Amino acid sequence: MTYTGEHLLPGQIGHFFVVLSLVSSLVAAFAYFKAVNSQNIQDKNSWLKLGRGAFVIDAVSVVAIFAALLHILFHHLFEYRYAYQHSSLSLEPKYILSAFWEGQEGSTLLWTFWHCVLGLIIIKREKQWEAPVMAIVSFAQFFLATMIIGIYIFDVKIGSNPFILLRDSGMFDQAPAMHIDFDVTKPIRTDYLSMIKDGNDLNPLLQNYWMVIHPPVLFLGFASTLIPFAFAMAGLWTKKFNECIRSAIPWTLFAIAFLGLGIMMGAKWAYESLNFGGYWAWDPVENASLVPWMILVSGLHTMLIYKKTGYSLRSTFLFFALSFIFVVYSTFLTKSGVLGESSVHAFADIGMNGQLFLFMIVFVWLAPFFAAKNNKQRGIIAIVTAILSLGTYFLADVIPGFPMYVILSGVITFIVLTNKLIPASQKEESASSREFWMFIGSLVFFLAAMIIIVQTSLPVFNKLFNINTAPGEDNEFKYNQIQVLVAIIIGILTAIGQYFKYKTTSRDFLIKKLAVPTLVSALIATFILVVIKINYDKEGLGFLINIWLALVANVYAVVANAAYIFTGSKVNIWKRGGSIAHLGFGLIVVGILLSSGKKEVLSLNTSGINVNFGKESKEKTGENLTLVKGVPMTMGKYQVTYMGDSAHPKKQQTYFKIDFKSKDENFTLWPNAFVNYKGNEGLMANPSSRHYWNHDVFTYVSALPDKSKNTDTSNFVSHKVNAGDTIYYSRGYMIVEKLAGKDNLPIEGFEKTDTGYSAAIKVQELNGPSYNSDLLLIKNKDRMLYQLQDTIMSQSLVLQLNDVKGNKADIGVKESSNVLDYVTLKAYKFPYINVLWAGVVIMVFGSIISMVHRINKLKVQKLS
Amino acid sequence: MKKIHIILLVLIAGAIAVLVSFLQTTTTYDTVATAKAKPGKFVHLMAKWDKAEPLEYDALKNPNYLAFTAIDSLGEKINVVYHNPKPENFELSEKLVMKGKYEDGKFVCQSIQTKCPSKYKDQDASKHPGNTDTKTSYNNNEQAITSKQ
Repeated sequence: MTYTGEHLLPGQIGHFFVVLSLVSSLVAAFAYFKAVNSQNIQDKNSWLKLGRGAFVIDAVSVVAIFAALLHILFHHLFEYRYAYQHSSLSLEPKYILSAFWEGQEGSTLLWTFWHCVLGLIIIKREKQWEAPVMAIVSFAQFFLATMIIGIYIFDVKIGSNPFILLRDSGMFDQAPAMHIDFDVTKPIRTDYLSMIKDGNDLNPLLQNYWMVIHPPVLFLGFASTLIPFAFAMAGLWTKKFNECIRSAIPWTLFAIAFLGLGIMMGAKWAYESLNFGGYWAWDPVENASLVPWMILVSGLHTMLIYKKTGYSLRSTFLFFALSFIFVVYSTFLTKSGVLGESSVHAFADIGMNGQLFLFMIVFVWLAPFFAAKNNKQRGIIAIVTAILSLGTYFLADVIPGFPMYVILSGVITFIVLTNKLIPASQKEESASSREFWMFIGSLVFFLAAMIIIVQTSLPVFNKLFNINTAPGEDNEFKYNQIQVLVAIIIGILTAIGQYFKYKTTSRDFLIKKLAVPTLVSALIATFILVVIKINYDKEGLGFLINIWLALVANVYAVVANAAYIFTGSKVNIWKRGGSIAHLGFGLIVVGILLSSGKKEVLSLNTSGINVNFGKESKEKTGENLTLVKGVPMTMGKYQVTYMGDSAHPKKQQTYFKIDFKSKDENFTLWPNAFVNYKGNEGLMANPSSRHYWNHDVFTYVSALPDKSKNTDTSNFVSHKVNAGDTIYYSRGYMIVEKLAGKDNLPIEGFEKTDTGYSAAIKVQELNGPSYNSDLLLIKNKDRMLYQLQDTIMSQSLVLQLNDVKGNKADIGVKESSNVLDYVTLKAYKFPYINVLWAGVVIMVFGSIISMVHRINKLKVQKLS
Repeated sequence: MKKIHIILLVLIAGAIAVLVSFLQTTTTYDTVATAKAKPGKFVHLMAKWDKAEPLEYDALKNPNYLAFTAIDSLGEKINVVYHNPKPENFELSEKLVMKGKYEDGKFVCQSIQTKCPSKYKDQDASKHPGNTDTKTSYNNNEQAITSKQ
């Protein structure tokens, strides 16, 4: 059967290369494995050649898959599910890349792509380590390739194929219009494609330039954590610990630089395009990528300790094993859907979950596999892994927690085996040595990561043990509360660490060197605490004091590391990468503390008029403010006016022009929103911010009038008042100045027994003019004869007198919204957020300098 | 025993203590009935917006007051008050995770998380593409968009 208008070739090419990459990565892994194990040089070389060739084919295939999928997206070939789901005709070309990695398949492809690049560099540069390292890289490539293969084995779905056609994807099963005779049991119409005019488009939140570059950098970071892992495994496998550590240092620095950068670019994206008013929400997805980074940093430090002193080798191996395992875990968390509480998928479910979990089991058990003493032990471990994998499949639902025990037992086996392999050093580190404090720092950082991941894994524990726990009342605080303590310890250790020498340091030396930086940072910290001030009192005084301490500690870290850069007779910037990175890290923490501690909501409804207005709003004043077009409102020190809006030419996207004015600043922000996007009622808002060197003003639209429903449905709200009482309305208040009742009305047509009532009301707009309104009501006993409504147009206010009884009047107030154009805004001020971003740049820069320096050092060593 | 081992043990004990105390502060996911059964207690209420009942929100009157009725999977209803505008994707969501307390006959939320139909679901749900009300697909990488106070 042929279907009109389909382009099948790109998909066929794409899927062919998916299969080829799967096969070639497996061949490469096997060949490299044999290359390590063969004793004979000739065998070794031929296996090496095969492995290399297979890996190059894998790399070529991945590039071809990439090209095929990009072709499909660029040419809007909606016959492919991927193009249909992630793009549309109106999508700007620059966002085609974002669309590429919006889906699971595309992001997996990005990851494998970086593995290929890194693998080729290893083949080129790391001759000594090529075979064992590439065996592991190729093996990981094989697992990633299975995720996009999209085949069924005994009803178990393996991977998800990005090249699947829309008509094969099951999306038409319930769509009669797509079938012959409108009957879903009959085949799909050959001209179905003519009915698919446009794709589903990219999620508007991802239509942001940070989404074009953040995923590639983040996945480069993810991919690069595999390399220290592979080096660690290779070192254990070949038992050449010294060499493996030395070669792995630059790769570790690389991974730290790019994973860190990728994570913080994600934070920047969240800040620029999400509306929670911040850059970090301790969201599971964020935490899951932060944790491997923290472990990697710990690993780098223990690695340096080992290189200089011979201590901490075991913990180095443990940290590197865990950092990659946690990368796989983070993939599992994000891709398995386990984070959506409701998800009914169990671990041993068909679909991707089982596969993702298998990926984890295999890589957890890969560590003890390589740490084993000999091949016999390795065989046993391989069999155990296979049994446990099958066991997990069948027992996950039977024995609560079984999958977790499988993972934990893998880690414990690894610890036991490395301890057997690596003799413990008997000598004790001196408390005046650099390695002692470095080790404590690494340990604290590692434990902090473990605490974060356990907190993040609550939904996983729910699944594992069939329990029902949810995060606590103030979940973010639960993280902050602990991590602020970590920040204090790490800040101090970062500050003083480098002033210690390896082995032992004299007290006089320390005092002499640290005196000036300590004094300077004490001055700066005092200045910040006294002049700039942090008064974050939401969580009590204890937490505030911790914030102050963390600030002092990290100012100390910044100053001490800045000072350290210039110690020594000759300043060699290349040797100071560590200090630069530490300085950056200190700045990051200072930036976090300042921007979060001093974050200010500008749009506070402080005018007081709304506090008692909403029936139930006894709560604190709200954080949203409604701006009527053309009417200035006060937000902090700004006079803010909604000037008007303009529509995007091609999309259902509206930009709102908001003017901010203060004594010394004058600027316009254009927050935008997708209104009723794709026929779905609702609002999707993108914030806009004004950047200053020392603060940002950030705003977004939180509500809009619903113009389609704008018939005047508002009702008169009755207020029972005495003369002299005040009634509030949205833009001001009104005072009932006088109430009067009169019989014997001198008006024609009314009888003597009719009573006329009048009320004089003064309407006062807040910060605006006042209006007088006279209301009249004429009644006969309880029968209403005449009622005069008074409309105050400029306030869109309609008033009427409902009843008067003695001193009490019932006044009806109606605020009509259909004449008004307004937006509801939320606005924040973020002070010193640039300290944080600058810190990130400096830290990445320092790590890269350090990496280049280490690479050069290795070259010199090789030459001599 | 070396100094470093003592420190190691102390730090690990500290980490475990922190986690144990953390686990004590966790709350629960609840249905309307169970949330009503624990008034004043902070819970995560899982329900969805009952579109049959009126929703009250008037940005001119008070932009920080939203009231609506939620209905859970068992069909039980509850009045909800949220001191913010409608959270993003409110209309689209197939489920709301509302964090707050049941007090005085209504559920007062601190924050509302909207759960949208994910693209992997709408694959099965098989909405036909020609239809205008095709559900928007959402990225699984960014699981849920939380709206916070």
